[in-house]
Order: sequence, then structure tokens, then C-alpha cells
Amino acid sequence: MSKDIRVRKGLDLKLKGVADKSIVDAPRSSVYAIKPLDFHAVVPKLVHKEGAKVKAGEAIFYSKYDEPVKFVAPVSGTISEVVRGAKRRILEVRITADAVDEHVDFGKMDPNTADAAAVKTRILEGGCWPFIIQRPYDIVASSEDTPKSIFISVYTTAPLAGDVDFIVSGKKEAFQAGVDALSKLTSGDVHIGVGKDSKLGSIANAVIHKVKGPHPAGNAGVQIHKIDPINFGEKVWVVAAEDVATIGNLFLTGQFHGERTVALAGSEVADADRKYYRTIIGANVSTLVSNVNTNETRIISGDVLTGDKLDNNQFLNFYHNTLTLIPEGNEYALLGWLPFTRNNIPSISGTSLSWMKGGRSKVDTNLNGEERALVVTGEMEEVLPMDIYPMQLIKACMAGDIEKMENLGIYEVAPEDFALVDYINTSKLEAQEVIRLGLDLMITEVG
Amino acid sequence: MKWLRNKLDQARKPFEPGEKYEKFAPAINAFDTFLFTPNHTTQKGAHIRDVSDLKRTMITVVLALIPALIFGMWNSGAQYLYQERGLSSVLDVPFMDAFVEGAILVLPLIIVSYVVGLTIEFIFAIYRGHEVNEGYLVTGLLIPMIFPVDIPLWMLALSVAFAVLIGKEAFGGTGMNILNPALTARAFAFFAYPLYMSGNAIWVHEGSTDAVSGETILGALASGSYDGQISGAASNAVAFSNTTAASETSVLAGIDFYDMFMGFIPGSVAETSALMIIIGAIILIATKVGSWRIILGGLIGGVVMGLIFNFFGGLGEDFVTQLVDSGRITMDQVLNDAGAVAALELGGWDATLLEMGTNQLFNFPFYQHLVVGSILFGIVFMATDPVSAAQTTKGKWIYGILIGFFGLLIRIFNPAYPEGIMLAILLLNVFAPTIDHYVIQGNVNKRKKRLKKAKVQLQTA
Repeated sequence: MSKDIRVRKGLDLKLKGVADKSIVDAPRSSVYAIKPLDFHAVVPKLVHKEGAKVKAGEAIFYSKYDEPVKFVAPVSGTISEVVRGAKRRILEVRITADAVDEHVDFGKMDPNTADAAAVKTRILEGGCWPFIIQRPYDIVASSEDTPKSIFISVYTTAPLAGDVDFIVSGKKEAFQAGVDALSKLTSGDVHIGVGKDSKLGSIANAVIHKVKGPHPAGNAGVQIHKIDPINFGEKVWVVAAEDVATIGNLFLTGQFHGERTVALAGSEVADADRKYYRTIIGANVSTLVSNVNTNETRIISGDVLTGDKLDNNQFLNFYHNTLTLIPEGNEYALLGWLPFTRNNIPSISGTSLSWMKGGRSKVDTNLNGEERALVVTGEMEEVLPMDIYPMQLIKACMAGDIEKMENLGIYEVAPEDFALVDYINTSKLEAQEVIRLGLDLMITEVG
Repeated sequence: MKWLRNKLDQARKPFEPGEKYEKFAPAINAFDTFLFTPNHTTQKGAHIRDVSDLKRTMITVVLALIPALIFGMWNSGAQYLYQERGLSSVLDVPFMDAFVEGAILVLPLIIVSYVVGLTIEFIFAIYRGHEVNEGYLVTGLLIPMIFPVDIPLWMLALSVAFAVLIGKEAFGGTGMNILNPALTARAFAFFAYPLYMSGNAIWVHEGSTDAVSGETILGALASGSYDGQISGAASNAVAFSNTTAASETSVLAGIDFYDMFMGFIPGSVAETSALMIIIGAIILIATKVGSWRIILGGLIGGVVMGLIFNFFGGLGEDFVTQLVDSGRITMDQVLNDAGAVAALELGGWDATLLEMGTNQLFNFPFYQHLVVGSILFGIVFMATDPVSAAQTTKGKWIYGILIGFFGLLIRIFNPAYPEGIMLAILLLNVFAPTIDHYVIQGNVNKRKKRLKKAKVQLQTA
């Protein structure tokens, strides 16, 4: 039942600063943080107060509207601070880590012999449920749902992003256990999208799809669209590859090991430091990069297209496996609008000769222009390999026209699928934000 | 360049938020961002961005217009001096003489267009508190390029004001307009001052001397005055048979296909040279700024329509020959007043056939239709305006083909509007959202069909 996927539309951005494929242990962070804002649409209810001692794998908060979904401590230690923002919104739950982790023991379980309910309960209580993302809406899955299929992408195409195939191939046993467990949760199949030379082509209990093509071919959303598109009323789950291994580990060891292999990448990282670091979810960035001048360098948790801007001493996003450092572009460019100049920036526009330039580019955060009304047409379609009209969908989202959004395929997309639209758009539109707001509107109006 | 930046920063100070001239910030920003791409950085979404922005896109269109504009300047001067000096060919005018003369004629048009248009744009930007959009960089140049060189400046100014105010700002500014602003200007002038726009004397500067009337080829074809008034060198002996059989050379004596392709003919400032327009088209297509689908679609539509009319023209021609042979009407009647003859002596389908046979626009070879008048200029520079054109890929094909189709239909069927392409583009501007709607509806239906199928699967599972 294997079906190969060839994606033609899209854009591979060749940027300077790819991480070398070697894995080292990162220094242990003294403080870790779980940020409720990483879990879109989740309203957190704290389990413990400041000062409480927690073990790794012990719940620190749960979802107010889906109580079985627990968010657990990645390390053992003391809840040192609950950082709140406006209207007492919880921004971070900080845990000062013990020198050595003490784990909650849930007991080993063989996902192949256990029944579906037991597997589900284990994933929920073991704190691995937040790894499961639901499409439509790109939010943490509801514990009451059964999806029509589950998707795992082991094909990385985002610029400078950590290569998940490389990360997971060292954890094959745990990955297999994770796939076994997930296959119990769906009425359909577990689909795995792999690259041509993937070492994960022999995973059992899943349908393997060989994927080829430029970014965003590696996005689960694109693979879902090609394999089993989402219709109104249907739900599909997406789990990141390393998180599948973490779920598998929960079954193999009976413990929650929130290990995260982070690729430190970007042109502003010293050559010697550019590699993969084994760390734990919610680690402080200072364990990976020393004090950075944020006026000159942007720290991004995640890849350059979809990541979050961080400051020194902030914490890695729950889901990210990449930490990227690129130059800030807060500089003026004399007559920067002249066609055929600044060809060092990769571009799909014919007004740039970037296609002639070989090698990798150093790109900064300059907007390269100003925000304007949507004028140029046809460019978004070049980078969105889906049978969807991106410009019309964006306009429907801006107008809040729910019926139109539904008809144009809002259920099939996540903001990350529009990251390249952000990049190439002549009008400097914030497409990902528009899509996110559109999805949020759908959540409140349609549910 | 640091000193320039510092000077600009100093000049900007009174326009900063909270300062005295805060309201006028869009004006100073327009100059500032024209000189320097601003230091704005990304805050959300993708942290890096492509180098293309609207300024770059619009400047590329201006670049693509330059060859046609330069040629237009030369041609405007050459056409004038050729009649003024009584030369035998336009090419006999010394290049620099023609260019300088043309520049003197054309530059005031460009200056008026930019000054009037940009003033309105600036006022609206300040009033609405948004940045000055780059769209007018192109519109401002396009407008003088599609006007006759002798248009009074005040008429041009009024047309520009109408186009910017009613054609664009009334809809919310660049990106929101329904009609192509440059064509709106021309349509305004066309309907408000028809004598100046469709008269036969305006297309060449002071085109009323004995040698040249200044009429365009299309105007001549439409009015049936093919007997030599155009080139001056033509004789009255252009017989009907020669006219209708013209395949390799134009119906207009003295002007052949080469002249029409190169653009050595009277017409709007920059619409005459097919060669220069093709160079512009190549720039637009290579830089992906203009849609090749619309351009190719337009050409296909034009060719198909031209062939259809040529076919019917041939039928009519045979009929006329029969009429003349049978002695029912004379060749003189055909040549001098075909419409009246038809009305008096024939009726019904016979009259239609006679009209087809004698309407020179029917018999004008299809490929020559593409190089005279503004059809090529319209398809390349007007139809490809992304705001007023169809936005979907399929829609662009349909839009382009229909423009070519209707352009020739209006041109040939209605001699009052030989420049049918302008009306065709405006018409399709209005229908572009409808075309897109049906294309998108196809996608929506596909999704609905899939949903139905999925439901069946769920039920049977």
C-alpha cells in the first residue's frame, strides 16, 4: 500500500550554517520551563504551586477543557516560579532541576499486546499526549477522539532544521514501539513519510511513503494532503518523529524521558558548535549558546521559517528540535529595490539573479521592503504544493468568512504550510499569522 | 552613504510620532524608502524574507516599458518631422532630430501625469495615514504612453485625476481597484473628449498638413479611407481587389508589414512598435512580473478571432465580386459608399455579406491585426496588471483568450471603436472576479465531492 509522493512546487532555501551530523550531550540546564503558550488553544490548570517538588513525568498542569491531557515535568526538581503575563495568563512554569533526575515509574507495557484503551491511558498519564497534534486546527489532540489516520514525517526539508531521520535512526527501537502504540489509537493507518535514503523504511505497523521534493514536502500537512486529505468532520493526528520515540520509550521503560535532540544551526553559530545536542525539553538556551548580542543576532527556537524569536536565557519551545542563530537585518540598503541587486538572498522572483549563485547564503531578518496590499498574483501557488488557492484562502481568513474558508480547504492546512508564502510574498504579508487566526476562528465558531 | 542616511534621519525628525508634522509622515517616508530600503526586521512568521517587494516589481514594469517609450519618443518626433519636411519616408528623418522633437512632445505628458497622479496619491496617503503605494510608478508612465501625442495637457490631467480618484482611490487604493487605472484614464478621455481621441488629426503632432492627416491605420480602415490619405505616397488606384487580397502588404499603400511591426506608423505615443513591446514582454515574462499565460492567451484569442473574421471577409468578398460581375452594383459604388448601397439595394443576409466584403477590417489579415493599434500593448502591459486581471492560473488563460477575442470583435464589428482592445480589457476587468469565482468553485466542488465519497466510506466501514 506504499505510495510515493513527488512534490514539484516549493522552494529549498539553501542557507549557511547547517549543523554537522554529530550528536553530543548538552550541559544540563539548571532551570527548565514548560510554556503553556506552546500548546495552542490549551487553557492550563496548575497542579502544583510554586515550591513544590516534582519528579520527571509528574503532571505540572493539565488542560482545563480536556482534563486527562497532562503536561508533565521534563526533569525532577522544584517548581521555582510560575511566570504570569497580562490577566494572570501563565507564560512559563519554571522548574529548578535536581542534579540527577528521579522519574515517575508507570511500569513497562508492550503496546502490541496491550489493548487500545490501555495504550491511550498510558500515553495520557505518561505525559506524552501533548506530542499528538490534531489536524484540522493544528492543536493538541482531544483525548476523546479517534483519528482516521496518524501521520509521522521523517523527511526534513525546512531550511537549517534538524534532520529528524538522522535523529531518530539512533532510536529505532523506541520509534518502532511508538509507532506500535500509535497504531492502536487510530481506526486507519499510521503513515510515515520518509526520504529516499531513510533508514526508517522498514518500520512495521505503518504505511511507508517515500517523499521527494523541495520544502514544504517534509511538512506533515503536505503529506496528508497527498495521501489522505482531511474533509469536514474528520480528524487526523500528527506526531513529530522524535516524539514518537519518546512515546515508545514510555512503553519500553515505563518512564517519561523528554529527550530532545537539538540541531544548533545558522550562520551566526561558530563552526565548531554547529552540531546536534542531546538535551531535555524546555532547556534554557544558555546551555547551547553563550550570551548573544540580540541587537545583532536573532535567536530562533525552531527553524527560520516557523520558529519563535527568543532572548538570552529563554527556554526552548516544547516541540522544537532546532535552535537557529542568524544575523539581525536592522540596516538600511541604498536603492535596495533595484532589480537584479542583492542576489545573495534566495528568491523565486525573476527580478533576482539568486538562481545563478551557487552555494549557501547568509540571510538576515530584514523584511526587504514594506508591507503592502496584495498585488502580485500567482506567486503563492508556486510554493504551496496543495490543491488549494492560497491567496483566496488568506483573503477568506482575513474577512472571517467561515463558509468560504471551509470550502477553500482551511481544514487541510496548518500555519507552517504557509511559511514559504510568508517568505516569498511580495506584499510582505504575515500569511502564517492570518492562517492561525483563521483556524482560531474556526475553533470558536465550528469547534 | 552614511552622510545621506544621517541627513535623511535629520530631515525625518519633525515627522516622527508625536512631532509637529507627524501627519505628513507618509510623504517623507515615500522619499526615504525610495532611497533606502528600510531597516524593518521581521517580528513574526518567517524570520527571513525574499528580496522582492512591490517597489522592485513596479520598477521592473517601468523597465519593461522603457524600450517602447524611447521608441515612442522617436516615432512621435519622426512622424511630425516627416510630414513637416515633406520627406518620402519616416526613416529619412535624422535620428536625433526626431528623438529630441519627440522628447519635447512626450516629456510634458509624462511630467503632467506623474505630478497630478502622485499629488493625489500623496494626499490620499496622508489623509488615510498609510504609506504611498508604488502602483502609480507604472500607471503614471502608462497613461501618457497610450494617449495621442497632441492631447491637451489639461485633458490628460483630468483623465489622470479621474483614473486615480474614481478608478483607484474610490475602491481603497492600489490592490483594491477593479479596473486598470491607466485604461480608466484613457476610457475617460475617449468618452469625455471623443473628438480628441478618435478624430483623425490627433495621432501625429499637428497632423493636419497636406502630406499626412495623422490618422491611424485602424482609423483609416474603419472609416474606409484607404485611398492614400494616410501615407501621402499612396495613389487613388488602390483597387478593391488589391485591398481585399492584401496578404503580404498592408492595405495602406506605403505602409507594409515591416513598418507596422517596427512601428513607423501613426498611433498613441508608445503603442506602435510591436518589436519594442515584444522586448518589454520578454522582460516581464523573464522576471515573472507579467503573466505569460495572459499574454499568450491574448494572442491566441486575437489570432482565432482574426481568422474567423478573415474567413467571413472572404465570403463577403466573393459575394461582392459576384454582385459586380452580375452588374447589380458597380465597383465605384462598392468603393465609395458600401453601406448606403447595401441599405438601398440589398437586405438581410445579402447586406451582411456585402458589409463583410467591403469592411476593410474584416479583410485585414489576422496577423497584421496583431501589430497595429494597441492590441499588443494592451495585452502585454494592460491585461497583465495583476490587480485587475484574473488571479487564478486557469482564470488567467480564460481572461487572456477572451481579451484577444473581444478586442478584435469590438475592433472589427464596431468601426466607432477601432481600439477595441481598450474596451475589451476593461470589460474583462469587470468579469475577472466572475471568471475566478467559477475557477475556484471548481476547486470547491472537488472538495465537496470528496466529502460525499468520504461519508459513504464511513458509513460502509
